[in-house]
Amino acid sequence: MIPAAFEYHRPKNVQDAIGILVEHGDEARVLAGGHSLIPMMKLRMAAIEHLVDLQDVDGLSGISIDGGRITIGAMTTQHELITHDGLATAAPILREAALQIADPQVRYVGTIGGNVANGDPGNDMPGLMQCLDASFTLVGPDGTREVAARDFYEAAYMTERSDEEILTAISFNATAGGYSYEKQKRKIGDYATAAAAVLLQKDGDTCTGASIAMTNLSDTPVFSEAAGAALTGTSVGKADIEAAVAAALSDIDPTEDNRGPVEFKRHVAAVVIARAITRAWSRA
Amino acid sequence: MSDKMHLKMTVNGKQEDLLVEPRELLIYVLREKLNLTGPHVGCETTHCGACTVELNGKSVKSCTVLAAQAQGAEVTTVEGLSTPDDLHVLQKAFREHHGLQCGFCTPGMITRAHRLLQENPNPTEEEVRFGIAGNLCRCTGYQNIVKSILAAAAEMNAAKEAAE
Ligand SMILES: Cc1cc2nc3c(=O)[nH]c(=O)nc-3n(C[C@H](O)[C@H](O)[C@H](O)COP(=O)(O)OP(=O)(O)OC[C@H]3O[C@@H](n4cnc5c(N)ncnc54)[C@H](O)[C@@H]3O)c2cc1C
Ligand code: FES
Ligand code: FES
Repeated sequence: MIPAAFEYHRPKNVQDAIGILVEHGDEARVLAGGHSLIPMMKLRMAAIEHLVDLQDVDGLSGISIDGGRITIGAMTTQHELITHDGLATAAPILREAALQIADPQVRYVGTIGGNVANGDPGNDMPGLMQCLDASFTLVGPDGTREVAARDFYEAAYMTERSDEEILTAISFNATAGGYSYEKQKRKIGDYATAAAAVLLQKDGDTCTGASIAMTNLSDTPVFSEAAGAALTGTSVGKADIEAAVAAALSDIDPTEDNRGPVEFKRHVAAVVIARAITRAWSRA
Repeated sequence: MSDKMHLKMTVNGKQEDLLVEPRELLIYVLREKLNLTGPHVGCETTHCGACTVELNGKSVKSCTVLAAQAQGAEVTTVEGLSTPDDLHVLQKAFREHHGLQCGFCTPGMITRAHRLLQENPNPTEEEVRFGIAGNLCRCTGYQNIVKSILAAAAEMNAAKEAAE
């Protein structure tokens, strides 16, 4: 279980890193925390000739909160997301979700950039980014562009990012109202059987805005506009939650695997979505 | 074969200078090149935590760190916690409270617990359990491991207070 040989690069800035990607095309890959990529390399499921380690690249980590806009550098670790008090106030759903990823050792090194760029439907951050309507900053040989998280995922491990681009940052608006990230897993540290991210706004007894997204229930993260619409304008009673769950379930397409058959996954999805809505509403 | 690289890192306070392939895993560099056999290989798939070491002040599973990533790093293994004459407080607590049976998970547990107590010197039982969630033990049922870590925390805090 040792990776095949590769040439190791440790550039100091984004332009040099992109230069290496341009020179070697799809034979090159960037390395962030390595906790998705190295396991794949050990299993020889990823063959990489040139590994571009981003750990010394300047300006890729840190969290900044500027008015209502939050920007997180791609190399910021899950541990840093959890321990950042400003982020816990401005968008507490990040800490709630990050605490449900893997285990302490993995969270010290796993980065938010690697988690969203990876394209594994089991990763938790992509679903959360749908819910937050986040934007990803990609830098490549032709310059910088912004891609909405909701437009980024094409299929498992297939994203809008081209081989020569590096994801440098993620940004989204500070959240208001109630929030919840609910995840069902087989054991602590596991990927989701099903998970749901919910943000709700409230005025008096009425829900004035709702954003609902899901993890590991399709080959991409799922943003369910219909589920949010089913709650908006209601008082989030039992029937309203049932309607939102039904809408969300019609947007997913789970497949059978070692976490269970399709019927079970749909059942678990319904449970976590309803729980997430209920909890978010109680916090709104 | 990729070219070998000069790997310089500080391990348990000692500067090491090695010739390695970048693809080698840190756990094997520690065990086979430096004879530090405290960190164990349990699963080799980032699950069990037996290979846990401290890398630049973070607990990491060294079966999932490339040697090349450790260039310039400071590494501490369980061997670095004790002196030849005296065990670390955590090691004594594990012995005292029966925090191990076969001992396979113990170096990883203790190295992880060491970091946990530096970040949170006064953890609750729940915080200890959550903090060692990346370390599996097939013998003890965790009860006595948690007891050992809590006892070590109390002892370390008492020693700190006495010193003040
Ligand atoms: C035991 C275990 C349990 C886990 N459980 C969970 C879980 O429950 N939920 C979860 O979400 N994740 C889980 N993970 C995955 C973990 O969170 C990873 O750390 C994360 O998915 C990837 O982040 P990384 O920094 O390690 O990226 P890497 O492994 O370094 O990279 C992953 C991929 O993204 C690409 N990439 C990385 N950074 C960039 C960038 N800046 N620009 C462009 N491309 C980039 C890489 O080329 C690679 O293809 C688990 C991992 C392990 C080992
Ligand atoms: S051997 Fe590294 S986690 Fe099990
Ligand atoms: S004491 Fe045997 S695995 Fe923990």
